[in-house]
Amino acid sequence: MTTAGVIALVLLLAVAAYACAGGTDYGAGFWDLTAGGAERGKRPRWLIDHAMAPVWEVNNVWLIFVLVIMWTGFPVLFQTVFSSMWLPLALAAVGMVLRGAGFALRKPMKRVAGRRLYGALFAVSSLLTPYFLGAAVGGVASGRAAPGTVASAHAWANPTSFFFGLLTVTATAFLGAVFLSCDAERWDAPDLVGYFRRRALASLAVVVLLGAAAFLVVRGDAPHLWHGLTHGAGLVLVVVAVVCTVGTAVMLLRGHARWSRFTATGMVAAAVVAWGVAQRPYLIPTSLTVEEAAGAPSTLVWLLFVSLGAVVLVGPALVLLYWLDTHGELESLTESDLRQGGGGSAAGRD
Amino acid sequence: MHNPVPLPAGAHLLLAEAPAQLLPARELMAFTLASHIILVPMGVALPLITLIMHYRGLRRHDPTALLLARRWSAVMAIQFAVGVVTGTVLSFEFGLLWPGLMGRWGDVFGIGFGVEAWAFFLEAILIAIYLYGWRRLPARTHFLLGVPLPATALLGAFGILAANSWMNTPRGFRLDSAGNPVDVDVWKAIFTPMFGPQYWHFVVAMFVTAGYVVAGVYAVGILRGRRDRYHRLGFAVPFTVAAVFTPIQFVLGDSIARSVFQKQPVKFAAMELVWETDTHVPEYLFGRLHPDGTVTGGIKIPQLDSILAGFRPDTKVTGLTSVPASDRPNPTQATIAHWAFDIMVVIGSLLVLLVLWYAWVVWRRRKRPAPQRLPESRWFYRSAACAGVASVVAVECGWITTEVGRQPWIVYQNMRVAEAVTATRSSTLWIMFGVVIVVYVFIFGSFLALLLRMRTRWRLADAAGGTDSPAESPEAETPYGPRAPVAGPATGTGARAGKDGTP
Repeated sequence: MTTAGVIALVLLLAVAAYACAGGTDYGAGFWDLTAGGAERGKRPRWLIDHAMAPVWEVNNVWLIFVLVIMWTGFPVLFQTVFSSMWLPLALAAVGMVLRGAGFALRKPMKRVAGRRLYGALFAVSSLLTPYFLGAAVGGVASGRAAPGTVASAHAWANPTSFFFGLLTVTATAFLGAVFLSCDAERWDAPDLVGYFRRRALASLAVVVLLGAAAFLVVRGDAPHLWHGLTHGAGLVLVVVAVVCTVGTAVMLLRGHARWSRFTATGMVAAAVVAWGVAQRPYLIPTSLTVEEAAGAPSTLVWLLFVSLGAVVLVGPALVLLYWLDTHGELESLTESDLRQGGGGSAAGRD
Repeated sequence: MHNPVPLPAGAHLLLAEAPAQLLPARELMAFTLASHIILVPMGVALPLITLIMHYRGLRRHDPTALLLARRWSAVMAIQFAVGVVTGTVLSFEFGLLWPGLMGRWGDVFGIGFGVEAWAFFLEAILIAIYLYGWRRLPARTHFLLGVPLPATALLGAFGILAANSWMNTPRGFRLDSAGNPVDVDVWKAIFTPMFGPQYWHFVVAMFVTAGYVVAGVYAVGILRGRRDRYHRLGFAVPFTVAAVFTPIQFVLGDSIARSVFQKQPVKFAAMELVWETDTHVPEYLFGRLHPDGTVTGGIKIPQLDSILAGFRPDTKVTGLTSVPASDRPNPTQATIAHWAFDIMVVIGSLLVLLVLWYAWVVWRRRKRPAPQRLPESRWFYRSAACAGVASVVAVECGWITTEVGRQPWIVYQNMRVAEAVTATRSSTLWIMFGVVIVVYVFIFGSFLALLLRMRTRWRLADAAGGTDSPAESPEAETPYGPRAPVAGPATGTGARAGKDGTP
C-alpha cells in the first residue's frame, strides 16, 4: 500500500472512531430530546448528564483529527467537500456549538426554565448535526461532491444523502441507548437499564430497516459504492456489520448490556469502514482517487509519524480515561448535590 | 504630495479583484477568532495556575488552597467546553471560508495542526480526568495525572503557532511552473523565521493573561472588603505567576517587533506608519495614516522608530510604498494595525509598572508574616483588577496586529486573502454571520452569567457554613470524597461572613 493509501486508511479509521465515540454522544442527545417533559424525563436526563459529562469533549475531538488529516493529507478533498456541501457543513458546525455549549451550560444550571432552554438546544442540535454530517457523507459516497462542484443543494439533498443522514441519526440513537443502558447499571439505576434497553432494541430495528433501504437506494444512486459493498473486502465488512447487528440484538434481548456495547460499536465501525473500503480507490467515487488527492509525499510521511505519535501517546491516555469512567472513578464535582434529587442545596457543591 | 503612481491603479485593481464574499468571510472569521481567543489564555494557562494552587494545598495541607483549586476546576470545566466548541468552529471555517488556502497549501503547513490535534486530544483526556477525578481518585494520583496538562497545552500552542507563523513567513516549498507548491520540506515549514518569536510571545502572553484575569477577580473581592486568607491566596498565586512572566513578555515583545522589522518589513511599516523607506524615521504614538502618506494626530517622536528598529538613528526602515499598493495593507488597515500595536505596547508597559510596584512592596515586607506581605493600597487592587481586562485587550490587539498587518496576504507574498475565499454567495455568508453573532452572544452571555451565579452561590455557601473549623475553609471534611449534606453548626465567628467565593 502506498503512503497515501495508509493515510487514507488512517482517515477512515478516524472517521469510524468519531462515528462510534461522537455517535454515542449524539445519541445521548437524541434520548434527551425524546425523554418527555421536565418531570417524566428527569431521570433519563440525569443519567445522560452524568454519563456524558467526563467524556463528551474527548469523544468529539476525533472530529478535529478527521479534519486535520483531511486538509493535510488530502487538501483537494477537504477543499472539494467544504466547497460543494457548504450549507450542511456550516449548519453542522453551528449545531455543534449549540450542542456543546447547551450541554455544558445546562449542567450547572439550577432553574428548570434555564435547564429546559439549554437542554432543548443540546437535544435538537444533537439531532441535526449528525443528520447533516451523514448527508455530507452521502454526497461524497454518491460522487456528487466532485472536485470543482460549486455549492448546491444537489450535492447533499439526494436519495443517498437523505438515507445516510437518517441512518446516521438512528445509528447514533442506537449507540447512545446501548451505552446508556450499561451506564444505568453502573449508576445504580435499575429502572433505566430496561428503559434504555428497550430503546436500544427499537432503534436497532429502525437502523436495520433504514440500512436495508439505504442499501437499495445506493444500488441505483451510487453504483460504485454498491459494487464495492457487494464484492470483496467491502462485502466481508458488510457481513461483519450484519453479524454484529444480530449479536447486539441477541445480547440486548438477553440483557447483557455490558457486552452489547462492543458489538454495537463493532457494527457501526464495520459499516463506516465498509463504506470507505467500498469506495476504493476513490476518495470521491469516480472523480478523485486517493493518489490524485494526496498531498506532498514528505508531508504524508510526516503525517504518518504524527498519527503514530498520536496512537502511542493518546491511545493509553484514552484507555485510561474510559477505564476510569467505566469504573465509576470519574464524578463531576457537583455530583452529590444532583444525586439527591436535584435539590438546590449548596452543600454538595464545593 | 507623495502620491505614487501605482496607488490609483492598485486601488482599482483591489476593488476589481475583491469578490463580494470577501468582506463577510473575513468578518465571520475575525468575529469567531476574536471570541475564541478570549478563552485561549484560560485553556492554556489556567491548568498550570490551578495545579500550582493544588500542589500548595496538598503540600501544606491547606484546605483553602484546595478549595480554590477545586473551584477553578469547576470553572475550567465549563470554559474548556465552550473553548472546544468555538475551536471546532474554527477548523470548520478553514473549509467553509478559505477552501483556496487549504486546497493549495494544506499539505505544506497542515502538519502543525496535526501535532496540535493530538496534543489537544491528550489535553482533553487529561483535563477530563483531572476535572472529574477530584472525588474518587487518590489525592496523589489525581494530582500527578494533572501534571502533564501544561505541557500538552504548550504543545497544542506549538501546532497553532507553527501554522500562523508559516502564513507570515512561508517556507519549506518550491513553486512549480503552474504556481503549485512542490518539494515540501515539512521541517522548514514548521520552523519558519517568525515561529520562534511568535511562539514565545504568545505562550507567555497566555500565562500573563490568565494570571491577571484570575487575580483580577479576587482583587475585586479584596476591594469590596473581603481581605480574608481565601482572597489573599486566590489573588497572590495567579498574580505572582503573571508578575514573573510580565517582564519576560516585555523583552519578548520588543524582540518580536524587531523580528517583524527584519522578516516582514512591510508589516512593520504598517505597524509603525512608515510611508517611505528612510533613515531617521520618527515614531508615531497612535495617529492616523491617510492615503497620501501623511499622518494626522498622534504624538511624533523624531528618530525613535529607527532607534527602536536598529538601535541607531540612521537605521533604514522600509516604508509601505516600497511595494505596490496592491501588495500592502491599505491606509485604514495600517492604522488599525498601528493602533492595535500601540495599545498592546502601552498595556504591556503599564503592566510592567504594576509588577514593579508589587515586587517593591512584597520585597520590603519579606520579613513580615505571610498575611501582611501583600500591598495594602486600594489603588494597587484597582489597577490589578483592571490588569485582568487589560491583558485580554492586549491579547486581542496582538492578534489584530499580526493578522491585519499581514493584509492583503493570507500566505505572505504567496496568496491573497481574496484568492483563498470561498465561492459561496455573499448573502449566504452575511446570514451565517448574523446567525453566528446571535449564537455566540447567547453562549458567551450565558457563560458569563453562569460564572457570576456560581460565584454568588459559593459566596453564600461560604457565608453560611464552615465556621466551626479553625481551618479557614467552608468544608472541614476531607477534600476528597463526597461532602456531608449540611456543613456544621452555623454559629459563625463572623469572620467568614461576606466571603466571596469568586471563581
